[in-house]
Amino acid sequence: MEGHSTYQPKSKVAQWFESRLPIVGLVHSSAIAYPVPKNLNYFWTFGAILSFMLVVQIVSGVVLAMHYVAYAPVSFARVEHIMRDVDYGWLIRYIHANGASMFFIAVYIHIFRGLYYGSYKAPREVLWILGVIIYLLMMATAFMGYVLPWGQMSFWGATVITNLFSAIPVVGEVIVQWLWGGYSVGDPTLNRFFALHYLLPFMIAGVVGLHIWALHHVGQNNPDGIDVKSVSKDTVPFTPYATLKDVFATCVFLLFFCWFIFYIPNYLGHSDNYIPANPMSTPAHIVPEWYFLPFYAILRSIPDKLGGVLAMFAAIAVLAFLPWLDTSKVRSARYRPMYRIFFWIFAVVAVGLGYLGSQPSEGIYVIVSRIFTVYYFVHFLIILPLLGFVEKPKPLPASIADAVLARHAKGGATVVAGAAAPETK
Amino acid sequence: MTIRSILFGAAAAALLFAAPASAAEGGHDDRPARLSWSFAGPFGMYDTAQLQRGFKVFKEVCSSCHSANFFYFRNLVQPGGPRFSEAQAKQIAAEYQITDGPNDSGDMFQRPGRLSDHWPAPFPNDQAARASNGGALPPDMSVLAKARSYHVGFPGFVTDAFIQYQEHGVDYIHALLTGYAEPPEGVHVQSGLHYNKYFPGNQIAMPAPLSDGQVEYTDGTPQTVDQYATDVSAFLMWMAEPHLDARKRIGFQVVIFLIVLSGLLYFTKKKVWSKVPH
Repeated sequence: MEGHSTYQPKSKVAQWFESRLPIVGLVHSSAIAYPVPKNLNYFWTFGAILSFMLVVQIVSGVVLAMHYVAYAPVSFARVEHIMRDVDYGWLIRYIHANGASMFFIAVYIHIFRGLYYGSYKAPREVLWILGVIIYLLMMATAFMGYVLPWGQMSFWGATVITNLFSAIPVVGEVIVQWLWGGYSVGDPTLNRFFALHYLLPFMIAGVVGLHIWALHHVGQNNPDGIDVKSVSKDTVPFTPYATLKDVFATCVFLLFFCWFIFYIPNYLGHSDNYIPANPMSTPAHIVPEWYFLPFYAILRSIPDKLGGVLAMFAAIAVLAFLPWLDTSKVRSARYRPMYRIFFWIFAVVAVGLGYLGSQPSEGIYVIVSRIFTVYYFVHFLIILPLLGFVEKPKPLPASIADAVLARHAKGGATVVAGAAAPETK
Repeated sequence: MTIRSILFGAAAAALLFAAPASAAEGGHDDRPARLSWSFAGPFGMYDTAQLQRGFKVFKEVCSSCHSANFFYFRNLVQPGGPRFSEAQAKQIAAEYQITDGPNDSGDMFQRPGRLSDHWPAPFPNDQAARASNGGALPPDMSVLAKARSYHVGFPGFVTDAFIQYQEHGVDYIHALLTGYAEPPEGVHVQSGLHYNKYFPGNQIAMPAPLSDGQVEYTDGTPQTVDQYATDVSAFLMWMAEPHLDARKRIGFQVVIFLIVLSGLLYFTKKKVWSKVPH
């Protein structure tokens, strides 16, 4: 955010203000002059899309909160009141409910982009860890938000997930009762989840600020995974280049979002959540929202309750250690022929775990879940550390400008060898 | 990210999903037929005449056991619904006696229904409903068409997102209403329950509610169980999603706007980047 500004206030008033609070210069340096690698592809627009989605969720959420009441006997009816009687209430609620899913689709693309191009490697470790924290906060927010309509899946999802904490030895039971505010999921649980659901998005916004700060301090990674050598040759100013590309990509993403809001608004939800919460009747299958399914599959694949809970949290925590688990000096999978294969195997395993999480825990599903769970951890804890020693990376281009020129010369294919001397950083 | 690696990933995913999905299909209940509803698809709208017929079935048959607490008489008048005139809706409401009060002397009293009243429940509470229905609770019908579904499985659940299939609930309700049959050989139906091809577990407390000629249609529509089931399912869909017409109409406008805006943005972006190799 610092250092790139060429901002010079022209008017006397602007100069007076800038010398007291240099906020216009800050915006100028981080959103206008900030140098962006010129070889970024459309996978780099998801940061902007995610920022946009955070604003969408907060704005639609604040409006919903004006009409919603967190009180167990009436919450289900209040949500229906929003759907039926509030002007455009159906639109705001469908935006918010599907927006959560869009947020996760975008964040998963964003994370897998980071995995593919090695965006977590030095000097971006703190940037990456802040991202993992945002992801955790998003999961907590989404989980509590799903409880608020107080349907059957809200109630039973909350029961299953909060019960996980009872696996903690000695203090587990006490912690669960403390979370519930009683001896089961009930009105106190709903009320505190609403309070936290309103609070956490602003914590996300705060960590997003840090995430962007760290990003602008170290500069963006890029598809070739090499450092910027010359700002004038390798980069373009954020505005208009990145701004326009981000706005265009966000607009296309909005089209995708609209498909869900207007035409299949209940596709990603569960029909049981249109049945009011009933503590006396358990649904046939309790399924979490789709974005939790890979972790749900890991949880269920371990035959021991505490082991399952630990494995589930470890599956997320392991991401934070990724910068040190991956021993390769080369960032981008473009120049890592073996990692590229393992990346796609991992992607298939992650999606496969999601599918398995949606299926009943029986027969072949259990066996495949266990194999995939083991592979998930093997990928991070064994394959990635070894690959850095075993793999022979392809030669890196000398600079981003060289990589771009070489790609243009070859007509758009992936650069195999740089024109200049190979560089292994 | 080459095309080849994407294809590889897709092929691997397809192989992975195909095996367990086909394994799970064996021994499944009959799947509801997918009817062609007027409100399906991107330009779908409710059929007003169908909603009026469905309302008649609901009023004369369903509502004698099922409540619909989020459904108000005023909804009968609103755009995108059965479009009764205000006078007709007021007349329908006035056929019912609503408990109101307390009045100035502290007593509850009965008065004819108004547009601002919700549909009167047939039983004062769940216990009374169970007591009159052999221990089973007839579910509230307000959002029933969205609260019911059936298992689709892979790859159907993926293709449904592309063809905009959202009618799981109505198709299920139609199938259920027409799914009463004699139990197959060797299936013992518990006393008080009835065999139904589509109900999970095949044994349902509700006896077959519809019979041919039971409700009088004045517009020449055939008075068959299948027609009643179709009409009342459509009506229940409207009751569960009363703003569907507006949703699809506004959605089309928004999508057209966004397509044009995306196009303009794309060419602007292209122009700006045209001088920079990237």
